[in-house]
Amino acid sequence: MRQTRAIELSTGLFALLGFAALFFLLTQITNREVRFGDSSYQLLAKFENIGSLKVGAPVSMSGVTIGRVEKIEFDSTEYKAAVTLRIETRYSRIPDDSDASIFTAGLLGGQYIGIGPGGSETYFKDKDQIHFTQSAIVLENLISKFLFSLAGKDKAQESQGAEAKTE
Amino acid sequence: MELLRELWEAFRGAMVTIGDVVLFLGRLLAYTPASFRRFGLIVHQIYNAGALSLVIIMLCGLFVGMVLGLQGFDLLQRFGSEQSLGAAAALGLLKELGPVVTALLFSGRAGTALASEIGLMRATDQLSAMQMMAVDPVRRVCVPRFVGGIIAMPLLAAIFSAIGIYGAQLVGVQMMGVDSGQFWSQMRASVEVRDVMEGVIKSCVFGVTCSLIAVYEGYNAIPTAEGVGRATTRTVVISAVVTLLLDYMLTAALL
Repeated sequence: MRQTRAIELSTGLFALLGFAALFFLLTQITNREVRFGDSSYQLLAKFENIGSLKVGAPVSMSGVTIGRVEKIEFDSTEYKAAVTLRIETRYSRIPDDSDASIFTAGLLGGQYIGIGPGGSETYFKDKDQIHFTQSAIVLENLISKFLFSLAGKDKAQESQGAEAKTE
Repeated sequence: MELLRELWEAFRGAMVTIGDVVLFLGRLLAYTPASFRRFGLIVHQIYNAGALSLVIIMLCGLFVGMVLGLQGFDLLQRFGSEQSLGAAAALGLLKELGPVVTALLFSGRAGTALASEIGLMRATDQLSAMQMMAVDPVRRVCVPRFVGGIIAMPLLAAIFSAIGIYGAQLVGVQMMGVDSGQFWSQMRASVEVRDVMEGVIKSCVFGVTCSLIAVYEGYNAIPTAEGVGRATTRTVVISAVVTLLLDYMLTAALL
């Protein structure tokens, strides 16, 4: 009898562990928020284009991670992406004229928000908005700009050549 | 002419074996619903096949995940996209390594135990004794082991994948310094419920085949010491080959 109880107990534990693992795997798909407990504060930044920025991406200042992207929404009055940042409290001395830009880590890496400090004497408080923002660089825009400038240069050279001939 | 006849004999032998296995599977499946009435027997077999394999599965899962973390980091680093390590490790474990390595370990740990146990029962005439008492040995011995294996396999594979992801995280984030938020967010962005289900379906299929092969080999073992040993070896070899073969077919079908 004792033997059977022990077997049933360990079988039950095994089944529990198995389903817990399955549950863990399934809940990974949903976006789980990365929290810093209570010792953090929120900032808001509005971008024209956030590229492929994702919730949970790091917010860094001089390359040091000081917080995370908490929420990404679309502001339909300004037609901009409203990104909520959660910054750790120990990095509370950020000047309130600092700027936020979206950068890409590596060639194919994820995108992150970089904050460049301003020169103001006053600092950001909870739920403040970062007013100076720079959008993510979209590769297609960059390529089209490059192509247009190339075409412009070609034309300029052609017209210069034409002028030289007429002379 | 002689060669042709030998070929024909070999072909006929293979067909006979496959037919025998299919008929045996039919018999097992026919008794399966009734076997749940005696759930204690199945619980005992889940314990044998699952709970006792737990340590080896967890250990192997951890190390497979850690190797995946190292190799994945080294590869992805060359493209400067080591943030994708989480996604790569999770997809690799969930879809391929989890079910396949679990099936291989299962056939080595639980399959051999099943085959040698049933084979030894055959060799010591326990199965014949049951038949004398009008107890069907397939029903009493084989079906609970078969069902227990099928139930245990997906759970083992899920544990393997979960621990493997933890191992990859351990190496990637703690040792190599991939950003933890990027690791998890990229993983979450690229893994879908469908991918988890693909792994579960695969491990269920492997559970059926590995348990079937173990039980069949044990039940049809030649009742000598050598015969039981051979049945055990055949269980591992055939399970491994069939698992890898089915894995390709399932991947092609599910992708």
